[in-house]
Amino acid sequence: MATIIVFLSSGLFLGWSLGANDAANVWGTAVGTRMVGFKKAALVCSIFVILGAVISGTGASHTLGKLGAINELAGAFTVALAAALSVFWMTKAALPVSTSQAIVGAIIGWNFFSGSVIDMKALTKILGTWIFSPILSALVAIVLYFLVAFILKYWKVHLIRLDGITRIALLAAGAFGSYSLGANNIANVMGVFVESAAGLFTDFSVGNLFQVNGVQQLFFLGGVAIAVGVFTYSKKVMLTVGAGIYELTPITAFIVVLSSSIVLFLFASKGLKDILVSHNLPSFPLVPVSSSQSIVGAVIGIGLAKGGRNLNLKVLGRISGGWIATPVIAAAVSFVVLFIVQNVFSQAVF
Amino acid sequence: MLFNRAKSIEGSIDKYLENILKSSLIFEIGLKEYFNGKQEAFEIRTEEIQKLESESDEIRRDIKYKLYKELLIPDARGDVLGLLETMDNVIDTAEMVMIRFSIEKPIIFPELKDDFIELSVASAKCVAELVSASRAFFREITKVADSLAKVHFWEHEADKIEERIMRKAFSGEFTKDLSQKVHVRYFAERISLLADEAEDVADRLDIYTIKRSI
Repeated sequence: MATIIVFLSSGLFLGWSLGANDAANVWGTAVGTRMVGFKKAALVCSIFVILGAVISGTGASHTLGKLGAINELAGAFTVALAAALSVFWMTKAALPVSTSQAIVGAIIGWNFFSGSVIDMKALTKILGTWIFSPILSALVAIVLYFLVAFILKYWKVHLIRLDGITRIALLAAGAFGSYSLGANNIANVMGVFVESAAGLFTDFSVGNLFQVNGVQQLFFLGGVAIAVGVFTYSKKVMLTVGAGIYELTPITAFIVVLSSSIVLFLFASKGLKDILVSHNLPSFPLVPVSSSQSIVGAVIGIGLAKGGRNLNLKVLGRISGGWIATPVIAAAVSFVVLFIVQNVFSQAVF
Repeated sequence: MLFNRAKSIEGSIDKYLENILKSSLIFEIGLKEYFNGKQEAFEIRTEEIQKLESESDEIRRDIKYKLYKELLIPDARGDVLGLLETMDNVIDTAEMVMIRFSIEKPIIFPELKDDFIELSVASAKCVAELVSASRAFFREITKVADSLAKVHFWEHEADKIEERIMRKAFSGEFTKDLSQKVHVRYFAERISLLADEAEDVADRLDIYTIKRSI
């Protein structure tokens, strides 16, 4: 077990940083504007991230597995470490970075290193989704903005009561956002370990009610790492996000969080995909997407709905830059670290 | 629990706005009684408005305390308190004008009586429309603009009547005594000040309303 934990440590570290940073995307405005207290937000976030990871985490993880089936534990450790290092360095250099994009880059680095063939179909699916997800998030935000504005126009609710309703709505959207974050982004944290480590866990059943398999136990650990990140480090980030970057009102914050959560959920829910497929409807690919970019997309959507006054082209430029820079840097880091782990530490990485 | 708290503050805000409206009605009726020579009835009205003013102060403090203690409406809290505090100037002005009438007992010439009554009515209507606008701000934001337009209308009317009274007073038709002329002008200005105060609040409310739109 100790060996597994040592090898999982890089993934757990990645989970911790995801909890510290990405939870702020979901809860930042609610906590920053003091509509929801930090402790309440952290607790709800942790519970729902873990639930999302364990219940709906497999879909997006499966796509990552297709991109690169990392068959050795040391390889998975190195790939997650390379992604974590890339995220760390890029954050330090104040470059926009996404865990999803870093892990994909790191996997590609492993593909190059191990000489595996890159599944181009999976890769194009992932790249297409990255471009599409902020756009979809913006579209959802526009629709929700007009819907909420319409409801508020005709609903004679007192400002004080509306405040109470907004708090509940923010809490609900936050819980949904956390679930979607867990479901979609657990693949970044633990996806690379599925092939090599899931088999090391023993399946068990809880009171004959449901089975918990190895992958779910792995995802549970990842979810806990995210939760630890939320409790230990996200408060500062949440207050920064809430205090000024987006300048949203509590109601627009709710729309932004809900839009982004819907998008994350669409790209994570296998159940929803199955329903759409069974009705011959176009379904969404299950791919880990960036929650930050999804949030920014939703904020841009709100800006467009308000008449384009808040549209910041620099932000769009930064997002597009991130699509290219992050995976390339992560792939390069992954290649170098894999070389070191294999040749210096004599570990089999593929 | 959240909604019980909300209900209690909603009740306080409604009560506060009701008091502002009542103060404008007492102001209008009380001054009419003064101009009609019913001094005793006027003094009773003055006492009424004084009680109303101190009661409203209590309510306002209570709302302020609850909004901050319960951390309610973080985005609009400053605006709501700003609105309630400037509305306090309105009720203060109404009270102050009535006390001045009670102390100084200005002589209102019969020829100016109707003009003075008209001026008090315009000022009181200005306040009543401000109360409607404020109620709309809390419950039906789309209706604020209509009421604010009426506030501006009545303030403008009050200005016109005030000027008319001053011109008549200084024309020398009723009195040659400068101190009497100045006294009449002073009280016309005071009554009109109520409308000015209401308009100042209306201007703030206009901005608060823009800020409240999502």
